[in-house]
Amino acid sequence: MADDLVVFDGVEKHFGAFTAVRSLDLSIQSGEFVALMGPSGCGKTTTLRMLAGLDTPSAGEIRLNGERINELPAHHRQTPMVWQSLALFPFLNVRENVEFGLKMQNVDPAMRKSRAMDWLDRMEIVQFADRHIDQLSGGQRQRVALARALVTEPSILLLDEPLSALDANLVIRMQGVLTRLQRSLGITFIYVTHSQSEAFAMADRVVIMNEGEIAQVGSSRDIYRNPANQFVAEFVGRNNIISGTVHAAAGDIGQHGETVPTGCIEISADAGVFQVSCGSGEPAKGSAATFVVGADLASVTTAEPADGNKLQATVISEEFVGAVVTLFLETADAVEFKVQLQQRELDKLAVEAGSSLWVSWDTSSAHLIEQR
Amino acid sequence: MKSATLSTWILRAYIAIVLLFVFAPLLASLVFSFNSDRFPSLPLGEFTTHWYQAVWNNDAVPEALRNSVIVSLSSALLGTFIGFCTAYTDYRYQFRGKSLYLGLALLPPTIPLVIMGLAMLAWLSRAGLSGTLFAIIIAHTVLCAPFAMALIRLRLQQIDPNLEAAAWNLGASEWRTMRSVILPFTRPSIIAALCLTAAVSFDEFAVAWFVSGLNKTVPVVILEILQGNVDPQINAIGTFVFLVSITLVVITQLIVMKQNKRHRHGR
Repeated sequence: MADDLVVFDGVEKHFGAFTAVRSLDLSIQSGEFVALMGPSGCGKTTTLRMLAGLDTPSAGEIRLNGERINELPAHHRQTPMVWQSLALFPFLNVRENVEFGLKMQNVDPAMRKSRAMDWLDRMEIVQFADRHIDQLSGGQRQRVALARALVTEPSILLLDEPLSALDANLVIRMQGVLTRLQRSLGITFIYVTHSQSEAFAMADRVVIMNEGEIAQVGSSRDIYRNPANQFVAEFVGRNNIISGTVHAAAGDIGQHGETVPTGCIEISADAGVFQVSCGSGEPAKGSAATFVVGADLASVTTAEPADGNKLQATVISEEFVGAVVTLFLETADAVEFKVQLQQRELDKLAVEAGSSLWVSWDTSSAHLIEQR
Repeated sequence: MKSATLSTWILRAYIAIVLLFVFAPLLASLVFSFNSDRFPSLPLGEFTTHWYQAVWNNDAVPEALRNSVIVSLSSALLGTFIGFCTAYTDYRYQFRGKSLYLGLALLPPTIPLVIMGLAMLAWLSRAGLSGTLFAIIIAHTVLCAPFAMALIRLRLQQIDPNLEAAAWNLGASEWRTMRSVILPFTRPSIIAALCLTAAVSFDEFAVAWFVSGLNKTVPVVILEILQGNVDPQINAIGTFVFLVSITLVVITQLIVMKQNKRHRHGR
């Protein structure tokens, strides 16, 4: 608890009849890189704005360094933000933009200038110090915005979709800049984004939000491998979500006449009967259950596998992203299934649209998720 | 293709004719102000600056000019201040009855000037101000504020909605943000508004005539000279007033054009 820099304690925000954030509980530690991720309107930006003091919570408490800050005006908070629109001051040059925060703290002009120049140097844009903002490229402006927010040496930096206006190559470069910066400064970054590649690439911890609530909090790997619920599984993508009813519990005789192993259950769904690992919270027999299989954890073969979880499906389409291919398949019962594999693996199979294939996966690759 | 060129030429000619129509009287006034003949007729007489000298030596004119300068500067400052406050309120706040508020703020120029002048006379004489320079300043401020508001509002519409919040976020209080973000951002439009409102006030005749009493402004004096007899002095005064106004309006236009151009580049 001592390390908690920011605490959201039952925070809610209503705009008239619309609830932007509901009962949000979240603790963020000092030095952590946290990403708030979710579709637009999920409350991630409102959460950030409440922390910056630009929106006031309707209920609950926000604590910064253990002190309630609900009523603290924005300009006393020292929670600088990097804006999606960058919000650089168009009537000031690069150096004056960076100096702004120091000027507001009444730092003397000589000191202001040298600290601003240090940061411009650090961001590798010192040669543009006297330029006008609209004479800079998108990436350079981004660096000005970062320097402007960091020059006051805050203990926390808020970032609201800062890379969304940049082209793909530049996004990757800026991700590197941001991660290195966060490591070397050791301060907390709270990063709002709708892009999972940005969140997963940079954050120590990812908070997925949906309709004003936290859907899941965890490391990139946790969320990717063990989505807690259907929303996260769908949002993260590349997951096959299969619903059915619990057909046999551990120790029972399963569909294929074998005993279901401990820690597993058998679920009967439209596409077939599958064994799923379920950990401790084993659902009752006959109850509804949903599980996910990561698209990259399933394999495809032309011949029917001898045993295990399998289903037969027809290739609908293929999607190439570099060396990785996603195959979109459909079973005879119109259940869709995605499989992700390497281009060279696909070449060996020689499939085309309409080919019939067998999909199979290990029981350990299938996870139960919360029932809606 | 050929018809397109033809229509382009027709449009150009049309614009030239319209401009000629608008500027011909002003041009005539300019030409006749340097003409030695007492009556404006062709062919022209000799070139002379006699009428300008006559104006210079006319007691009523320098007095009126002084009044006009005081009135137009004061009402430009007051009108621009009020216009700025109105525009900023519109930019910053959402409230019930906002469209009514905006409608009222923009209303004065739509009221016929004679009615405006009469109403101002009635009201200001009750307040015991009728016939003073204050009366003209108040009346002109009312007329000027909507122009200032329109110009400044246009500029505020170009502001990044996060710019103010960014300043707060960096430790600037509301007042400090006003001083170090909103004012610098709107400065071009404030200067433009000052020029335009000064021109509006400097030119305005009807309302000034109603409320001025003995403290006449330049347009009022022009009318009085004109009522007495046809005197080429009015051509000289008219030319001078026109040059002052057009200079202010052109400055306004240049500022607005520059700010729009920069805004487009900025995007």
